[in-house]
Amino acid sequence: MTTPATAELRKTALNSLHHRLGAKMVNFGGWEMPLEYSGILSEHEAVRTRAGLFDVSHMGEIEIRGKQALDLVQHVSCNDAAKLIIGQAHYSGLMTERGTFVDDLLVHKISDTHYLLCVNAGNQDHDFEHVKANNKFDAKVENAGPRYSQLAIQGPRAKDILQRLTPVSLDSIRYYHFAFGEVSGVHCLIARTGYTGEDGFEIYFAPEHSEKLWSDLMESGKSAALLPCGLGARNTLRLEAGMCLYGHEIDEATTPLEAGLGWICKLDKGPFLGSNLLGEQKRCGIDRRLVGFEMLDKRIGRDGYPVLIDGRDAGRVTSGGPAPFLKKNIGMAYVPSTTGSAGTSVEISIRGQAVPARIVALPFYKRPH
Amino acid sequence: MYPKDYRYTKEHEWIKADGATGTIGITDYAQHELGDVVFVELPKVGTQLKAGQSLGTVESVKAVSEIFTPVSGEVTETNPALVDAPEKINSDPHGSAWLIKIRLADPKEPASLMDAAAYEAYVTEKAKEH
Repeated sequence: MTTPATAELRKTALNSLHHRLGAKMVNFGGWEMPLEYSGILSEHEAVRTRAGLFDVSHMGEIEIRGKQALDLVQHVSCNDAAKLIIGQAHYSGLMTERGTFVDDLLVHKISDTHYLLCVNAGNQDHDFEHVKANNKFDAKVENAGPRYSQLAIQGPRAKDILQRLTPVSLDSIRYYHFAFGEVSGVHCLIARTGYTGEDGFEIYFAPEHSEKLWSDLMESGKSAALLPCGLGARNTLRLEAGMCLYGHEIDEATTPLEAGLGWICKLDKGPFLGSNLLGEQKRCGIDRRLVGFEMLDKRIGRDGYPVLIDGRDAGRVTSGGPAPFLKKNIGMAYVPSTTGSAGTSVEISIRGQAVPARIVALPFYKRPH
Repeated sequence: MYPKDYRYTKEHEWIKADGATGTIGITDYAQHELGDVVFVELPKVGTQLKAGQSLGTVESVKAVSEIFTPVSGEVTETNPALVDAPEKINSDPHGSAWLIKIRLADPKEPASLMDAAAYEAYVTEKAKEH
């Protein structure tokens, strides 16, 4: 997800604030984004034990409106959006004709004729073109990214911090549901979603209110020691929670079934892009599957490192690194589907050395209830 | 910031020479670029290193960085404190978080490296590129 340094980087409405806060900035999917403020480890810990605030305004939004909005959503994505009620969201995949990922996304049902898709920053223009190209329905597709900023407040204290700024009862918003309402006097879509493995909220609003919402949330979170968090912690948090990242676990060469995402692949909902091939893959079985592993010594198996089984090159690490909360080194990798389940010994090739690891069940981390 | 009696490389290692012994570490600039350090792999005592050769790796949460020896010589000691507390590299990179000690093949070799003023000018220029 890196683009050439020569390309003009896109900036969120909070870009100058990140610079003022002294964030280390990086190019992510063509966007200049904060990698870390106080440090990945302290930010990670804040989200697991208190709360963290992320600027995720780089994420794309695509809105689909019209009589056949649902038909278009159903045609391009693999989860069954007909099951959504108004005010509910789900995780899904935007599919190619081959049943592989154009992107992964959240689908929010705003009304029977209006859906909001939240997609990855680096893919949003491509996603928009893809949805538009497959729009043979009575529906309008809008690339709405520029109309939204998005903040994610995540962690066990997130609800209390946000509740102080909104009349909306956050207890009434269940996990993967959303409501419209004011936060700090700003009209927002308030969704109980996230990418960290913790309880939390993602709020969508007009970009001109970004600095106000950021500072009001930071103020409200003072007593909980709310920390600004960057993409570095976002990545370690999602990895610990066993969540996929586009360009790593999933891409145009992987299917939901291979990625362990059979649960978002609703073949019984009727035909959609790639459903024939996915049906065939389901009948015939997959050749490779995504697994989690943990290292058995202190060395770190990282993205792209080979996985060895019985000494032979058997796959690649898709994401690997320290799990700061679990205090282990973990990763995800594709291995032949014949590979044994949790407990199976493998090795990760680290700079030419075969380092012992073992397959473990996903997710690595599950929050206590 | 950068000790005056140390010498520095463009790859952000430092060496402090004391007679025939050199102590080697990474600079504050390097630790800041890396972020939170979580693992360090160092050579075995007795290893012969040539200037510019890899002496090991320092890993942060997000990246692996290979560390190169600024000078030639034999490794006489590695820092045992870094095994359990690699994060010391973030808090005290020029002091207690040294990586290795080396018996200098040529005690005059460190003098050929950048001094503190030259290194500081070099990293200031680097920072501008960001």
